[in-house]
Amino acid sequence: MSDAVVPHRVESSPQRARPNASWLNRVLDSDIFYSFRRSRMTMVAAAVTVLFFLLAIFASQLAVQNPFDPAQLQLMNSRISPLWTAEGQSPFLLGTDEQGRDVFSAILYGLRISLVVGVLGVIFAGTLGITLGLIAGYVGGAVDGLIMRIADVQLTFPAILIALLVNGVAKSVFNNRLDAVSTLAVLVVAIGLSFWVQYARTVRGSVMVEKNKDYVAAAQLIGLPAPKIMLRHVLPNTMGPILVIATINLALAIITEATLSFLGAGMPDTMPSLGTLIRIGNNYLFAGEWWIVAFPGIALAGLILSINLLGDWLRDALNPKLR
Amino acid sequence: MLAFTLRRAIQAIGVMIAVGVIAFSMFRFAGDPVNQIVSLDTPAAEREAVRKSLGLDDPVPVQFARYFANAAQFKFGVSYQFRQPVSNLLMERMPATLELAACATVLAMVFGILMGVYSALRRDTILTKFFQAVSLIGISLPTFLIGILLIYLFSVTLGWLPSFGRGEVVRIGWWTTGLLTLSGLKALIMPSITLGLFQMTLIMRLVRAEMLEVLRTDYIRFARARGLTTRAIHFGHALKNTLVPVITVAGLQFGSVIAFAIITETVFQWPGMGLLFVQAVQNVDIPIMAAYLLMVSLIFVTINLVVDILYTVVDPRLRSTIRRPA
Repeated sequence: MSDAVVPHRVESSPQRARPNASWLNRVLDSDIFYSFRRSRMTMVAAAVTVLFFLLAIFASQLAVQNPFDPAQLQLMNSRISPLWTAEGQSPFLLGTDEQGRDVFSAILYGLRISLVVGVLGVIFAGTLGITLGLIAGYVGGAVDGLIMRIADVQLTFPAILIALLVNGVAKSVFNNRLDAVSTLAVLVVAIGLSFWVQYARTVRGSVMVEKNKDYVAAAQLIGLPAPKIMLRHVLPNTMGPILVIATINLALAIITEATLSFLGAGMPDTMPSLGTLIRIGNNYLFAGEWWIVAFPGIALAGLILSINLLGDWLRDALNPKLR
Repeated sequence: MLAFTLRRAIQAIGVMIAVGVIAFSMFRFAGDPVNQIVSLDTPAAEREAVRKSLGLDDPVPVQFARYFANAAQFKFGVSYQFRQPVSNLLMERMPATLELAACATVLAMVFGILMGVYSALRRDTILTKFFQAVSLIGISLPTFLIGILLIYLFSVTLGWLPSFGRGEVVRIGWWTTGLLTLSGLKALIMPSITLGLFQMTLIMRLVRAEMLEVLRTDYIRFARARGLTTRAIHFGHALKNTLVPVITVAGLQFGSVIAFAIITETVFQWPGMGLLFVQAVQNVDIPIMAAYLLMVSLIFVTINLVVDILYTVVDPRLRSTIRRPA
């Protein structure tokens, strides 16, 4: 994603636009929806993404057990292979692990954690980046110089390294005694602090273009305060590229969370995300119990792939240069 | 040219000082270093003695200056978990990481360039579609999943390659190398592929995009008009011009290869700096974390500096833009 992407507003073409068309009609009439309909791969990716979100939302209804309530687990049911294999048993569709946990239920609950961390991380990174970018672009001068210098320096370091460091420092500050929910919060902050730079740079670039336009001068002339001009007038015109970055960042945030959890620096075993499940399952790989690691892995890969495909399509669809 | 080099060097030093401040604050303020050294029932007087002996009662700027002076001599304090000087631990493990990163980069360059050139020249063949699918996988699959997949295929199922460690290593001075033994080489294969796959897709996409762009330029058209052979045009003229940005990106990426080695080293239990760092994060071993941050930053900043300067040497077109004050 370069800074060069021009913000572009979706407008229905004048011939097709009907007066007083409802909101839904405007969406159905838009160029974006047309390009969505044209790309079969994008439609599949969108369907898969929506499916993953639904699975996560309705995890407790769809799961055959709550895999993290020890009272519901029975050691009798441990190490059962998936249903279609010779030793498979109902209702354990994807088999069970060492402690008799149903792998399918564990994936549903893990998916929920992964998506919550990913979405919150993107929101945190986006809010931080957009705010700093707006300030840098609108105020300019020394403030701009300082914010962008920090961004430049941070950009030379890979996000995973920053996230690991933030995580380690947080653990140290809290004396390594964090409960599962606080760990989740730490992960969100770690991901947010690793990914804000792109938003800041993009917003700053767009703001520098927008702020010289007449509508901003008009807003200044009628005496609107600067924060209001930034939020209500300039920001909406920079939303196109932000949306693209947010989509691609969602995939990155989910990968980062999974990686941290896999490395043992993320979600604990008591409240596992997909990454934690893969770390646990990896221990049983050599015993031949491939299903404990394979299915969480497939779920993670499918989720990331479909979000990435959506992001790629959105980038092309919102970029008027490519039409 | 000289002014540019100087300005970049000053910037690099500025970055290192900023990272130093962060490393020092981690070391000093994230948890009390004294608590890590004494046990729970140490009397208060003894704690104070330890505090004094570590110099923790001096003013913070003095402590910072001392930390910096020590770090400049590669003294990073004592690890909380291993009770050994951090610099020894890092030096012991550095060869493993550097060897892995170098192999991964070479692998990524060779295959990335080959696949990129092929998919730019033969745009609609099945092989190109296959390469593009591979590149999508390389970007979408998290590194650790690729590692696990390789282990399952080649270690668990086929039993061809070792799933962990470096194999036998040969010691040359303080450097240990796995490149000279068969088991060392075998152990290197899967980690290098795992680590290099992402860079490979990056290089492949870059080469492809650059090739397609260069092939549209006028001088290529003239070369065709002059009746040069296709091979001379593609490899003598087009490829040569795409390689400058490719080498730059590969150089800049070497730093992140070292950082991403954290993941690969954990999957394959590779005894390098990354594994040390992950264990430090898990066990809240701040001296190692701070030292690793400083070491990796030093590598990053040095590479960035060298690449920036080399870039202007290699590509004369950039010099005119550099003379303008930024």
